[in-house]
Amino acid sequence: MSMLEIQDLEVYYGAINAIKGISFNVEQGEIIALIGANGAGKTTILHTITGLVAAKHGSIRFNDKELTKTPAHKIVSMGMAHVPEGRRVFAQLSVYENLMLGAYTRKDKAEINESIERVYERFPRLKERRSQSAGTLSGGEQQMLAMGRALMSKPSIILMDEPSMGLSPLYVSEIFDIIQEINKSGTTVLLVEQNAKKALSIANRAYVLETGNIALSGDAHELMDNEQVKKAYLGE
Amino acid sequence: MMSFVSYLVNGLSLGSIYALIALGYTMVYGIAKMLNFAHGDIIMVGGYAALITMATTWCPVWLAIVIAVVVCTVLGVVIEKVAYKPLRGAPPLAVLITAIGVSYLLQNVALLTQTANPKTFTSIAAGAPPFLLVFEGKAPLFFTAAADSPYGDLKPVLTISMETFLAIVVSIVIMVLLTLFINKTKAGKAMLACSEDKGAAQLMGINVNGTITLTFAIGSALAAVAAVLMCSTYPQITPYTGSMPGIKAFVAAVFGGIGSIPGAMIGGVLLGVIEQLSKAYISSQLSDAIVFLVLIIVLVVRPTGILGRKINEKV
Ligand SMILES: Nc1ncnc2c1ncn2[C@@H]1O[C@H](COP(=O)(O)OP(=O)(O)OP(=O)(O)O)[C@@H](O)[C@H]1O
Ligand SMILES: [Mg+2]
Repeated sequence: MSMLEIQDLEVYYGAINAIKGISFNVEQGEIIALIGANGAGKTTILHTITGLVAAKHGSIRFNDKELTKTPAHKIVSMGMAHVPEGRRVFAQLSVYENLMLGAYTRKDKAEINESIERVYERFPRLKERRSQSAGTLSGGEQQMLAMGRALMSKPSIILMDEPSMGLSPLYVSEIFDIIQEINKSGTTVLLVEQNAKKALSIANRAYVLETGNIALSGDAHELMDNEQVKKAYLGE
Repeated sequence: MMSFVSYLVNGLSLGSIYALIALGYTMVYGIAKMLNFAHGDIIMVGGYAALITMATTWCPVWLAIVIAVVVCTVLGVVIEKVAYKPLRGAPPLAVLITAIGVSYLLQNVALLTQTANPKTFTSIAAGAPPFLLVFEGKAPLFFTAAADSPYGDLKPVLTISMETFLAIVVSIVIMVLLTLFINKTKAGKAMLACSEDKGAAQLMGINVNGTITLTFAIGSALAAVAAVLMCSTYPQITPYTGSMPGIKAFVAAVFGGIGSIPGAMIGGVLLGVIEQLSKAYISSQLSDAIVFLVLIIVLVVRPTGILGRKINEKV
C-alpha cells in the first residue's frame, strides 16, 4: 500500500476539464517531483489532494483514508501539510504567529515550542525576524516561513508548490538543500516545480504532466536523460 | 466650555454605540467578505427582545439583557446558515441583495408582530441618578445626585446621565475584551487568518465555516448590547429603529477602514462625536448630511479609510 495513492482523478473548473483522469502514487520516504508547463494542472492536483478544490471523479487515498470526502481543515491533522503556490503567508501576522497557526491542530504546548525551536534552527532568519509581520519579509524569507509553517504540523508528507518561484539562484539552491534535509529527517515530499532540472536532481521518481494528463513517469535520473524531457523542460 | 464637554460626552456615548454596531459590520466583512445589511435590524430585534422580557414581572434587567444577547446571537447564526451560507462563492451582488432581503424580512416580521406604533423602552438605568460635576471652591467634584447629597443645592456645571455613562463604559470594556480575544486566543487568530486567506487558513486546519459562524455570533451579540444601550438612551422603539444606526455604523466601519477592528472602534466614536457636535453647533437637521460629507472627504483623501490598509502582495 502506498502512502498516497491517486486514482483516475478528474477535476473541473466549471466546464473546464483541468485534470483528465490521472493516477499516481507516492511511497513513504520518497521525494516525488511533479513537473509540467504552465497550466498543466500541477497546482490543481495539490489543491485537490488537500481539499481546497473538489474532485469530480476518482479517489485520493492517504494512509488508506479517502481524502476526496474529507473536509480540507481535517486533512492537516492526518499528517499532510501543504506549502501552497505563492507562499500565502498571513501577511498581517508576525512570523511567530504564522508558525503558531501551522501548529493550529496540535495541543501539547511543550511539543509545539520544541517544534518552533527546530524550525528556528533550520531557518535562523525566521528567528531573527520572529516579531516582524510576514508581509514585510522578502520573497525568500516568506518561502522559508511557508515551509516552517507547514513543518509546524509535524507532517508525515509535505506537498510543495513551486518553492523556488521568484528566488535568486543562491536561494534556490538553499531551498532545495532544505527540501532534501526535510526528506532525510523522515518526511515524504511531493514537489511541484518549474525548475525541472533541480527537481529531478533531488527526486526519486517524477511525473511529467501535460494539460491534465500524465505524459511520462519514472525514475527521476532516467527522466533527466529522456530526449523529450530535455527538450521541453530542461531547455537543452 | 462646559456645554462643549457635555456635547462631547454625549458624542462619545453615541459613538460608542455606533462602534459596537460597526464592529459587527467590519468583522463580518473582514471574514465573510460580505456587507450584512441586515445587521442594523438585528439591533431592532434585540431592542424588542429586551423590551418584551423586561415588561414581564419576573424578569430582572440583567436577565433581559442576557436574553436579548442570546436571541440576537441565535438569529445572527441562523441568518448566516439559512441565507448566506448557500451563497458562498456566489457573486457579491447576489449576496448583497439577499442581505437587503433579510433586512426587509426582519422589519416586516416586526411590523406584523409588534405593529408600527412606537413603543416606549424602559431604560435599564431607569431611576438611576445622573453624574454631576460641581465646583466647590476650585476643586472639581464628581458625584451621583443621590437625594441626600450635601452638594444637592449647588448648581452642577455638567450633568451626565447614567445611560450615557453606561454606554461609554460598557463599550470600552467590550472593546478591550474583544481585542484581547482576537489577538490572544486561538479562535481569534483563526479569525485573523480567515480574513486574510481562507484557503491558507484551511491548510492550517482551521474550520472556515465554523469561524464564519463564530463571527456572526459575536457581531450579533454586540448588536444586542448596542440595542439595549441605544434604546435606553433614546427610549423608543419601532420596527425601523435599527436601520439608521445600522447605516451610520456601516459608515463608521468604512470611515475607520472596513475590515479593521480598531478602525471600526475609532470610526464609530468619531462619527458619534461629529454627529453630536454638528447637531449642537451647526444644525440638527443637517447633522446626518455632515456625517456623510465627512465620510466622503475621508474617502477622497484616504480611499481605504483611516486604518484600512492595502496588503502588499509579494510574488
Ligand atoms: N480557479 C480556477 N478557475 C478556472 N480555471 C482554473 C482555475 N484554476 C486553474 N484553472 C485552470 O486550470 C488549469 C490548470 O491550472 P493549474 O493552476 O493547476 O496549473 P499549474 O500546472 O499549476 O500551472 P503553473 O505552473 O502556471 O502554476 C489551467 O488551464 C488554469 O487556467
Ligand atoms: Mg501552479
